[in-house]
Amino acid sequence: MFSGFMVNAWEAATIVAVVAGVVGFFTVLRGSAFAAHALPNGAFAGAAGASLIGVNVIVGLGVFALLGALTIGGLGRRARQDVATALAIVMMLGLGALFLSMTTEYAPEIYSLLFGEVLGVSSNELLPTAAIGVLSVAAVFVLYRPLLLSSVMPDAAEARGVKGRQMDLAFLVVIALATTMAVPVVGSLLIFSLLIGPPAAARSFTDRPLHAMGLSVGFALVTVWSAIALSFASNLPIGFFVGAVSASSYAAGRIWAARRRTGRAP
Amino acid sequence: MAVMAPGSLAPVFEPGFFSSSPVHVALIVGGVVAIVSGVVGTFTVMRGQSFAGHSLADIGTAGGSAAFLVGISPLYGFVAMNLIAAGVMEMIGIRRPRGRDLATGIVLGAALGLAALFLYWDTTHSSTTGATINVLFGSIFELPSSLVPVIAVFSVVATGIVLVAYRPLLLSSLSPDLAATRGVPVRLVGIGYLIALALAVSLSAVTIGAILSTALLIGPAATALRLTKRAVPAMLIAAAVGVAATWLGILLAYDSYDWLPRHQPWPVSFFVVTIVFVSYLVTHLYVGRSARHRRHPVAARVA
Repeated sequence: MFSGFMVNAWEAATIVAVVAGVVGFFTVLRGSAFAAHALPNGAFAGAAGASLIGVNVIVGLGVFALLGALTIGGLGRRARQDVATALAIVMMLGLGALFLSMTTEYAPEIYSLLFGEVLGVSSNELLPTAAIGVLSVAAVFVLYRPLLLSSVMPDAAEARGVKGRQMDLAFLVVIALATTMAVPVVGSLLIFSLLIGPPAAARSFTDRPLHAMGLSVGFALVTVWSAIALSFASNLPIGFFVGAVSASSYAAGRIWAARRRTGRAP
Repeated sequence: MAVMAPGSLAPVFEPGFFSSSPVHVALIVGGVVAIVSGVVGTFTVMRGQSFAGHSLADIGTAGGSAAFLVGISPLYGFVAMNLIAAGVMEMIGIRRPRGRDLATGIVLGAALGLAALFLYWDTTHSSTTGATINVLFGSIFELPSSLVPVIAVFSVVATGIVLVAYRPLLLSSLSPDLAATRGVPVRLVGIGYLIALALAVSLSAVTIGAILSTALLIGPAATALRLTKRAVPAMLIAAAVGVAATWLGILLAYDSYDWLPRHQPWPVSFFVVTIVFVSYLVTHLYVGRSARHRRHPVAARVA
């Protein structure tokens, strides 16, 4: 389980989990779950487009994820963000359908982009993954204070000169970066589960932002590690285990929070 | 479309758009789905539940792929899975604006995990690799006409819920607090609406695919709500925009067969999505500009 090609899988999954834990904390705090779903899914169309014209898949993913972030940010300025996100994802997927109809790539390739192929990660995929991962974590820490303030107290943030719109757009770009990094290794559906489940669970255990972020990284790591181990042992897809473990950890968090509440009130 | 068997393409491309029976079925079903999506979608946009509306199309995939596995029509799997998902979203807390996003996200994540499992079994247990694509993208030209009565029943139920509960639904969508003080059972209305949404999305996701399901649910309704703030005109405009986009999309897809030397049809979903997106963009830019003018006090007085 720890030999040969499996080492790449453990390393790639660990990088993705750390990034997802950090970025996911703000995704849940800001209520950006829809964008976290839309960008990886829509960027998948970019991968299809890239393979159509023979460019590196990461370039296609990055371009589409960024375009998606800008579309959501641009349309969201004068409309509800959820409507803007819905329109952005369907437009990207519509283009994806067009690209797919023109390529000769068949179902297994698509399946692996959607659900990931972490067991098939090669060593030369690790370097770009790590580089973009470091970049997106660094972006979160550079933006940490204004991002936190505008997420928790938007009015106070505006009063201190932190523009809500700019923070929205900046954070969408961070999600786009995390997407570009994660989709080739773990697939677009799995990165979404990791961006939501572990941070949502972490928030039930603590109210302090840095603690929650640390806990969220911890949960994300436990989730991917146990998913790889279970997937290796059972030969079932890793996406299923990531979904199951992150949903269970969220449920556990909710139960724990409910217990604590009833315990305090006599 | 990419993996359609060559045999199934032949009847679609008989000479003459209006003499082809799959095109007839596509036009009728597409039209019905667009109307249902427009009516239900107007409230989806008003209630800020676009994420739930989109997620249900993906969540249903888990049910659809499970149904495919046991050999029944994916439609029933979609409906069952979506009703369960709507119930769980309601339990986690889709009512509160802050909990809405998370409730939808958690359910979507868990359902996608299940979908990964079922689709994996679909692709390993059946010889066709097209299962994933069929379930994920749907195909308007591959509808068996035997499904049409079932589709009709679900359409009537979904629009029926919205029309019967119209007044309390409108009031509780615009102002839950006001609705509650007037004795509207806000939570019950919300659950009823989620059921209508689950039915409408299952219907559209199975017949025309997850992409078009969201496009027709949100796009025309958002366009209509840019043009008018009144609910009934908005529902009518949304239905009309949806039907127009669907029919034009089918026509363009039919014609696109000859556009490139490879003689391959472009997907319907691409055309419909593009039409929907552009129509929203036009109203977004136009209404946005006139709203800016109106904000000017003098301009407002003149208007």
